[in-house]
Amino acid sequence: MPEQLTIAQLSTDDVARIVGFSGSLELQSRLVEMGFLPGVLIRLIKRSAFGGPFQLKVRDYYVSLRKNDSENIIVEKLI
Amino acid sequence: MAPNSSPKKEVFRIALLGNPNSGKTAIFNLLTKLRHKVSNYPGVTVEQKTGLIRLKNGKMAEVIDLPGTYSLTPESLDEKIVAEEVTKWIHNINKPDVIISVVDASNLSRNLYLTTQLTDLGIPVVMALNMMDRVKSGTIDHHLLKEKLGIQSVIPMSAKQKWGVDQLLEQLVDVSESSAKDQSFMIPLNIPSQVSEVLEPVTDLFREHMGYSPRLAVAQALRIITRKSALDLYSNVGTDFEGIDPTIFEKLSSVRENFIQKLGILNYSHRILEATLRYALIDQIINDVQADRTKVLNEVTRSEKLDRILTHKWLGPVIFISIMYLIFQSVFTFAAGPMDWIDALMHRLGETILKTMESGMLRDLIVDGVIGGVGAILVFLPQILILVFFLTILEDSGYMARVAFMLDKMMTKVGLHGRSALPLISGYACAIPGIMASRTIDSWKERLITILILPLMSCSARLPVYTLLIGAFIPATTIGGFISLQGLVLVFMYILGTGVAFILGWIFSKFIPVQGKSSFVMEMPPYRFPIMGSVFHQVFTRGKLFIKNAGQIILAISIVLWFIASFPKSPDSVNGNRVEHSYAGKLGKLVEPIIEPLGFDWKIGIGLITSFAAREVMVSTLATLYSVENEDDSVVHLSEALVEDTDPDTGKPRYNILIALSLMIFYVFAAQCMATFAVVKVETNSWKWPIFMICYMSILAYGSSFLVYQGGRWLGY
Repeated sequence: MPEQLTIAQLSTDDVARIVGFSGSLELQSRLVEMGFLPGVLIRLIKRSAFGGPFQLKVRDYYVSLRKNDSENIIVEKLI
Repeated sequence: MAPNSSPKKEVFRIALLGNPNSGKTAIFNLLTKLRHKVSNYPGVTVEQKTGLIRLKNGKMAEVIDLPGTYSLTPESLDEKIVAEEVTKWIHNINKPDVIISVVDASNLSRNLYLTTQLTDLGIPVVMALNMMDRVKSGTIDHHLLKEKLGIQSVIPMSAKQKWGVDQLLEQLVDVSESSAKDQSFMIPLNIPSQVSEVLEPVTDLFREHMGYSPRLAVAQALRIITRKSALDLYSNVGTDFEGIDPTIFEKLSSVRENFIQKLGILNYSHRILEATLRYALIDQIINDVQADRTKVLNEVTRSEKLDRILTHKWLGPVIFISIMYLIFQSVFTFAAGPMDWIDALMHRLGETILKTMESGMLRDLIVDGVIGGVGAILVFLPQILILVFFLTILEDSGYMARVAFMLDKMMTKVGLHGRSALPLISGYACAIPGIMASRTIDSWKERLITILILPLMSCSARLPVYTLLIGAFIPATTIGGFISLQGLVLVFMYILGTGVAFILGWIFSKFIPVQGKSSFVMEMPPYRFPIMGSVFHQVFTRGKLFIKNAGQIILAISIVLWFIASFPKSPDSVNGNRVEHSYAGKLGKLVEPIIEPLGFDWKIGIGLITSFAAREVMVSTLATLYSVENEDDSVVHLSEALVEDTDPDTGKPRYNILIALSLMIFYVFAAQCMATFAVVKVETNSWKWPIFMICYMSILAYGSSFLVYQGGRWLGY
């Protein structure tokens, strides 16, 4: 079984599968409505400078996410 | 006529719904051919656009544009407006006859989420499958998509390339002529039987007490379970809907709690229930209708390549600052020509009237009051149009989302939010749309701070004041051969307002308590070339508003001002200034002691009073005053008049570069436009915040002008 990480631990261009969520539940409802569901693949596009937000690709679109929020999304990295 | 057919309605109602960035507004513009009126949603200040069109069968139809939303579950204020509207529809209030669900074909799965929610409402749905120009042809089977979703039709189109609109209109005619609703009775979601069993008490309540169809009952049950805010919509939805019977509301609340408990035992999370079920359906549909999905995630799009440069760690901020600088420089340089033309035109108009009309009070009123006042303002139209043009392009191209992305970290440090970037930058055009745009910020604290500092972003109404004073008193030289000093001073005024805004934001954030959690889940739409029709329409709308203001408020003030500046007529024997002895002069003299330490005299004092209506009125006020003062039959040129104005006692010029700087800095900070504070009152739902803003801005304006003028004098200027 692949190792479980959070999105914050991924590096640029990593592709990972969403496993679940931890932490703030309010954010969770928003994310699932925008298509972040367990089983869905994401790709980390960019970590912005000075600990700023991340840019991800999920489904067909690009989305930004703060570092502390991405620590609450658990993924498994695909090799 | 069949006995059960509904009475023939006068107007066929069409509601436009879609995700943000799906091109909804572009489709609205195409459908209404830009003939629409903008009004406010009842009770709130968000704009509601409606347009009346005639369908091909002669029926009149009203098209209603709703704010963009990802879901019918209310989260941000924009989404709450849509969710409230839809709740009214369910209860047969303002119910539209058809919904156009606008979908971005290049981002199908997430866009379909809202569409599947709309299909449960029992209102015919027509899908406008927009942005087909961004999709490889033949990769979406739209016939199958229509079938799978069970909706009226799917119309592939491109609002940008302007095709597909005729088919959409034809489809609307079809819907308006048929009364049949071919929507299925049961919800298409695949709900596990153990879940639907425990869900039953909730759906039963909706069916029995509120008469919902089985499908709608399940949809609403899922929604109120996912989010408490969806349940709260039933208690009070604004003006036309008083909510449901309180006893039923209580029952709903308790069965909801009960269900959440049971679901927990079954090991389901109620918060992701609706989304999980809907995306299961959507993913299945996508699998059937869309080909070639394997490479989507790894494909490096053009947008992504552009982002490597435009949001690059170091290059990104440099590019952003350069773009902003170029915009403000070009506002000054490109507008120069057209401004001269308008100025010359006004001049000639005034002179023609002087020649052709007999001298008398009416001629004085027209030349000095109307042409002097309103004409002085119209000159600034080109600058405002150019500024709005550039800002609209930044927004429509998708660049503004990148600005928010790059600035989020810095913004959070000063108590703001990445999403504050757009409202703050729109504040350069006008604070009011900026304040409204702050609704997309989901945390109250960050939204409030954005609103509080927004009027410090120099809006386009200050531009005439800056331009007049810079043109009159700052030498037109260049530094290093290419940077114009006048442009530099202008940019400095913008930087001053913006910089102080951020410092104050940081201070305010220390005192305002946190309410609700902040996050930054923001879609970054692909870069696209803006639809120029939409851009020009935006520019046109803003220009119309400016001229309307000039035609109404400024005209009225100019006429009143002309009267109080012209009367009582001083006897010819009095030497010196005619205006000084008029009512207006007395008014100015009354405030003069207060503003004297800032270097302002009574004429500027009158301008400061009149500019409570709108900041640019300062310019028309000065223009009217100088026109009245001027005794010969000629037309006054305002910036020359300012430079040439001398104090009869000392023989020195009345105004100089120091007073000009002091006045400009006063304008950077002063609380003058009353409309802004009226909007803040509505948006924050209290008088506390607008009053606080007026206080802090007034102190800031007075204090900094005082420092500049007295400091300058002390240095010997």
